[in-house]
Parts: sequence; C-alpha cells; structure tokens
Amino acid sequence: MTDQQTAPQPGTVSSAPLLRTDNLTRHFRIGSGLQRKTLHAVDEVNLEIGEREIVALAGESGSGKSTIARLLAKIYKPTSGEIYFQGRPISKMHSRRDTLGYRSDVPMVFQDPFASINPVFRVSHGVMRSLKLHRPELSDKERGAEAVRVFEAVGLTPGADVLQRFPHELSGGQRQRVGFAQALAMRPKLILADEPVSMLDVSIRLGLLNVMAQLRDEQGVSILYITHDIASARYVADRIVVMYAGHVAEQGPVEEVLANPRHPYTQLLLSAVPDPRAELNVAAATDRGEPPRVIDPTPGCRFRWRCPLAEEICATVTPRLEQLAPQHDVACHVAQSGAEVKAF
Amino acid sequence: MSSLLSNGLPTSQPAGWNSGAILEVSDLYVDYIMDRGTVRAVRDVSFAVGPGEFVGIVGESGCGKSTLLFAIAQLLAPPAGISAGRVVFKGENLVGLTDKQLATVRWRNMSVVMQSAMNALNPVTNIGKQFRDAMRAHGVTSNQEIADRSAEVLKMVGIDPVHLRSYPHQLSGGMRQRSMIAMAMLFTPELVIMDEPTSALDVVAQRSLMVQIKELQEQLGFAVVFVTHDMSLVRHFSDRLMVMYAGQVAELGDTRRLFDEPLHPYTVGLMDAFPSIKGPKVKLAGIPGSPPNLAKPPEGCQFAPRCPQVMDRCRTTEVPLYNLHGDSVRCLLHEAGGSQL
Repeated sequence: MTDQQTAPQPGTVSSAPLLRTDNLTRHFRIGSGLQRKTLHAVDEVNLEIGEREIVALAGESGSGKSTIARLLAKIYKPTSGEIYFQGRPISKMHSRRDTLGYRSDVPMVFQDPFASINPVFRVSHGVMRSLKLHRPELSDKERGAEAVRVFEAVGLTPGADVLQRFPHELSGGQRQRVGFAQALAMRPKLILADEPVSMLDVSIRLGLLNVMAQLRDEQGVSILYITHDIASARYVADRIVVMYAGHVAEQGPVEEVLANPRHPYTQLLLSAVPDPRAELNVAAATDRGEPPRVIDPTPGCRFRWRCPLAEEICATVTPRLEQLAPQHDVACHVAQSGAEVKAF
Repeated sequence: MSSLLSNGLPTSQPAGWNSGAILEVSDLYVDYIMDRGTVRAVRDVSFAVGPGEFVGIVGESGCGKSTLLFAIAQLLAPPAGISAGRVVFKGENLVGLTDKQLATVRWRNMSVVMQSAMNALNPVTNIGKQFRDAMRAHGVTSNQEIADRSAEVLKMVGIDPVHLRSYPHQLSGGMRQRSMIAMAMLFTPELVIMDEPTSALDVVAQRSLMVQIKELQEQLGFAVVFVTHDMSLVRHFSDRLMVMYAGQVAELGDTRRLFDEPLHPYTVGLMDAFPSIKGPKVKLAGIPGSPPNLAKPPEGCQFAPRCPQVMDRCRTTEVPLYNLHGDSVRCLLHEAGGSQL
C-alpha cells in the first residue's frame, strides 16, 4: 500500500467502516407441522470492521460465528437486518456486476484446506480462474505474473514453482496459504477467514497467523478472523468480538477486552484456555460447557443458566450492548449496573 | 500419586525386566505396507506406564502417535501392522494374540476412548443399549446388573442416568464424549487409552472433561495413555510426557521438567508455538517447514531440516536416544551429557 499516511490506525473504527451490519439476524426453521421451531443462530448483531483491521470473532460452536461469515459472504440471506459494505446495502446488489464485485472484495478462506482445493488440478488452476473472472483486464502474461506475486506474498516461494504443484504435494499449512493467495488475487478489501488454522498443526499455525498480519500490514486487507482460540485471536487481531448464543456478549480492542473482561462468559472462556505458563484454575471447571439454548429462546440473557451472577432481571430482559470503557462494549446487566464482574 | 513412578522409570528395558509397570512397549516398529512401498510410521518406540500413571503422547499429525496407540490396543488393520517389538500388558505380550485371546483383555482390563465420539457411538441405538452390548460381550448376563452398572458409570461422569435412553444425537458433544468415557469405565479397567478425546470440544467443555478424567483417575486408580497434538492441554494433568516426531520418540520425561527445561529443539519449538493470553505480546515464528514424508524419510536426524540448531553431523548420523537423569532425548546436542540407551 502506498498511502500509508492516510490509512487509519488499526484497532480503531473510522467514521465510515469498511463493513457494518445493522441488527443482522438469521433464524433457521427446524421441524415441521406442530413441531415447528425456530433456531436463532444470529440475533440483532451490529458488527463493524474498519479498514486494514483484523477483527476476531470468537465464541464456542453454536454461537453463530460461522453463520455470520456465511451471511457476509452472501451464502445465506439475513432473516432481517442489513449488511452495509462501504456504505452500500448488499441486499440491493442485484446485478451480476455488483455481485461479482462484492465477491472479489470480500472473498472467503475456508476451514479445511484438504477439502477446499480441487485435487485434480494444479494449484494454479484456482488462482488463474478467479483472475480471469474477476480481473478480465489482465493479459495472460500479467495473470501469470500476478499469480506468482500473490503466492509469494503468502510465503509460497518460489511462486512459479509452487503454482505447478498438485494439492496433494503440499502440506496442510501450504494449502491454507494457497487459500489466502486465491483470496488475495482478487485484490480484496476484506477476507472472511472461518477457522483458517484450526485444522493445522500447532507448529504450522503461527506461520499462517503471521501471514494474516502481513496481509493487513503490507496489502492493506481487513480480515474477519473467526476462531474459538482466544490466544491466537490476541496474537493477530486488533479487535475482538465475543459471541454467545447468537448475541454479541462483549467487544472491544483485543488487549483491553482480554485484560479486563467484563462479561462473565468472556471470563469463563479466558479461564478455560489451557495455559502451560499458569497454574490450573480448577474452580471454574464446574462449568460443563453445555451448549446454549437458542431454539425458540425467551427474552433474557442467554448466558443466565451458566452465570453465577445472574439476577432477576437477567431472566426477563435481554441485555443490550453498552459502552463501559472507551470502545469496549458489554451486554451484561450486572456489568452495566456498575458492579465489578468477577464470575470465573 | 504417581510421582514415584514418573521419575525413576527407565524408558527402555531389557526383555524380561520386571518393573511393576502395567504397560511396557519395547522396540516397537509399525509399518504401512503398500504397493508404492513401505511407510514406517512408528520407529523403535519404547516406554513404560506404571499403575495409575498419566502419560501424555504429543506430536503433530503424521508423527505416528495415533498409529502407536492403535498398535498398543492391537487395533491396527492392514495395510498397517507391527513388524517388530513387544507390547506387554500386565506381563503378557499382546503382539500376535488372536482376537479371541485379546477379547479377554480389551475393555475389561484395558479400554480405548476414541477421538470422535460422534463416530464412535452408534447413531441408531440408544446409549443404554450400547452399554448393554459391551457388557454382554464380556459375559455379564444379568439385566439388573447391567442396568445398575450402566447408571453408575454415567453418574460417575456427571450425566443423569435418564440419558441411557437417549440417542447420541440428543446429547451435546461434551456429553457424548463423557458417555464414551463412562463406557470405558464399565469394567473398571487398569489402563485407559485416549486418542484426542477433547479435540472436537470447545475450550470450556475441554477443560471440564480433562478435570473429570483426572478426578476419575484419582478415584479409580487406572493408568492413562493420552494422545494429543496440544501439549498445553496435558501440562497440568500428565505425570510424564512423550514428544514424538516422524515416528520416533524425540523426548520423553517428567512433564514439569519438560515444560521448564525442554531438551529437544523440537520440544522447544512446540512450546514457542503457543501464543499466550497473558503477558507481553511477542512475535512468534512457530517451526518453519513441515514434517518429513515418512515414505521418504531424510537421512540422519528427522528434525534436522527444520532445526534451528542443526549441525552438519545431524544430516548424516542416525541419532540414538540419550538418557539424561532418567529422561530421554534424541538429539546430538545432548550426546556429551547423556548415556546412550
């Protein structure tokens, strides 16, 4: 990126975020007839992702984080609410040109590097195809050069050589880099990365996380990093959004949230991270990690069944996000009442 | 509890050595014999597990840790097979026993908890029936006895016995994994082998399950062999830790010592691969490169191509295990300080 000076600082949302969701909601119908129920996967989520910013979306399975990725990738349609990309509502993008444009601005990198690359083609196939589709102005020669450039940008060197390999000749870490290279070829503004390192070995993960930080710093790309691994979120992200049962529980700058977690669920998550450098916290181990109830939920805080601090109001009124420290929002009645929250 | 054993046990014993260990694996080799050639997935692995001891086996995918575990439980199927070595469980060599002979050992004295409870439980029958099948297969015929024991083990892992009538899909991931562990407890085994039992779970459920396993272990006194790719997970639970790389033992020793002063450069690299949630944020590099292809293993030390402290000799010399104060490490850096095993 050439305009380093004008680029906003990572970690702060500028006045016009790159992407913004407005009460984004997605429900799924399950069962039929009298058994019909509604699963609230994502409920009224307001998310903001700034320019050149890595936002970690953290939470347990079933918290709705992958549903958000699919909504942003236009795989699902929202039940209600809207997604604004560079100020434009994406539900209004109907033409092929708009859709193609959005898809190249916001590509996705998938969790499983073994399933997401076609095994019968050389790895150049995917990159060249998307270059042809999304950047038709390039000549054949330019396309080849561009493919080499994006491969080398994610650490696959020498690019020309790696491009000629078949997926089975590459390790898991290298394949996942191919995923990022394919996304990068479209000159994206925002990459949706759904658990991009969870299938990789621990010794390989850091390399990929460093690639993500590099893409932000050198290519000016924003990344929505979906993960259940808080430590890796802290390592690479500027801001963190903690989800629980389809709601945002807490969000803010990653250091601030992890140093002063105010939502009991964030505290529980943090206490459960295996940390070889710390003593074991057995006290909090009584929580079983049972999944939340999101089928036909009643009003109230969805964490109340697991929360040692739950009060009467938590069972009747759904807590809304409220700013409790600069840029640090928490959806918890107890925290909002001004009391110090120390649940786990 | 088992600290007595964790320090004093040598890692490789001569044949006929009587240690009181309940499991002794010696000089074990496992090969996958395929048309394209032979892949040696486990190479010369020896270790012992004392009664009530918790031994963690750590390594990356493809390092042979799951193959080793299958070899111990005698569950290997072609093309994989044990080509040399012994697996002695309670004084009896299991290698070469027929399924019928193994049946008396499996589940009664030794049980296995697999990685994915989702796949390990039968989706079309309820939990209680699966418990019943296991007990009938091992000679328990009284329905009352079966019902009582099933309810008892479920209670032990913190699940309400009403779930004996539940089908696997009606339980959460954590509950399914707990019922697998309950099933492994049916006959109060002396050794439980676990293959990444928590890998499909969230951190909160994972920690809760680990604490539960440790509690059961302290209460019932069984030994655990626990395979995982995440060494921080077993930090607080295992007595000894074995780090595997490319089918071999890279380092084996007391868990605390291994975390405080790792000997093998690979162990050091693994430790530095975990970002922390506390303390200053530092840039970490992980371990560059990837593990070797076991069909074409490199000459010399298997870790040499990725090792930050590699010496010329490492690329040509087959590195033996060295014994350092009872722990062992396969690295030429420790040649001077240790005795060859």
